[in-house]
Amino acid sequence: MKGIIGKKIGMTSIFGADGKQTACTIIEAGPCVVTQVKTEDSDGYTALQLAFGDKKEKHSNKAETNHFAKANTPAKSFVKEFRDYSIDKNIGETVTVDIFAEGESVDVVGTTKGKGFQGVVKRHGFSGVGEQSHGQHDRQRAPGSIGGSSYPSRVFKGMRMAGRMGGDRVKVKGLKVIKIFADKNYILVSGSVPGHNGSIVLIQK
Amino acid sequence: MNAAVQFVHEQLTAKKEYPRFKAGDNITVNYKIVEGGKERIQSFRGDVVKTQGTGATATFTVRKISDGVGVERIFPFLSPNVDSIVLNKVGKVRRAKLYYLRTRSGKSARIKEKRV
Repeated sequence: MKGIIGKKIGMTSIFGADGKQTACTIIEAGPCVVTQVKTEDSDGYTALQLAFGDKKEKHSNKAETNHFAKANTPAKSFVKEFRDYSIDKNIGETVTVDIFAEGESVDVVGTTKGKGFQGVVKRHGFSGVGEQSHGQHDRQRAPGSIGGSSYPSRVFKGMRMAGRMGGDRVKVKGLKVIKIFADKNYILVSGSVPGHNGSIVLIQK
Repeated sequence: MNAAVQFVHEQLTAKKEYPRFKAGDNITVNYKIVEGGKERIQSFRGDVVKTQGTGATATFTVRKISDGVGVERIFPFLSPNVDSIVLNKVGKVRRAKLYYLRTRSGKSARIKEKRV
């Protein structure tokens, strides 16, 4: 596996050579610093810890500052571990968008936009109950029956109901890398990516 | 437009020079079509019903009456398939979106020309 941490910039659309328009997301990915290399001997598994994004020195405690000092880098705002990294990297080295190639298929992980407390129609795609006329009212977005009566005398666990929606970690698979601007650290992937503009996303393969 | 989005389009989208036009103007859009593996240019002449969107995804809609049937086509401003645009007439209209043309026909669907 290989991956990089990035920041979602926004969406636009690009015209291909055939004149077709493709929606794509611009992600500012990397450069990420390798802050720790985990090995089978010392940790029981292999992984690479990457750090991304700058933050002020005074916002990190002593433990954090010393951890970053080992990699010879100033304090970073976001740290993430990638298991079984396929590219050999040592502590203190940087990972840039160059690890991906144009045309490659990647997965993008992000946190979806929070939607707040939502009903079942929006949250679970229910169609609501009842019609607009024939004497019915106040039932158009209702969930309907949630189970039996005297048997089982309870509501089954996992019953889909209204509640908090969004803010979930979501992985979008199989997005195509359309273009890479290595000097600006921009990577363009096809389609949409979870989260609002400016949110942290992981691009991995 | 976001600076990053602007940068991306400076790199990837070809610059286009068109005459300035707005809703109510009569224009001819010459656009490329691929027919049987060969590319040729077809033109679409009509009134601009609206221009919509900003930056790289902006589009405009052209309406014409073809054999008595109203036809509208949407063109992206930056599409590489739009070869050229000719401004035929500048219209005198009082709004930016001319949706009212859809319900009209004949003389009342006509747009007055602005003499400059």
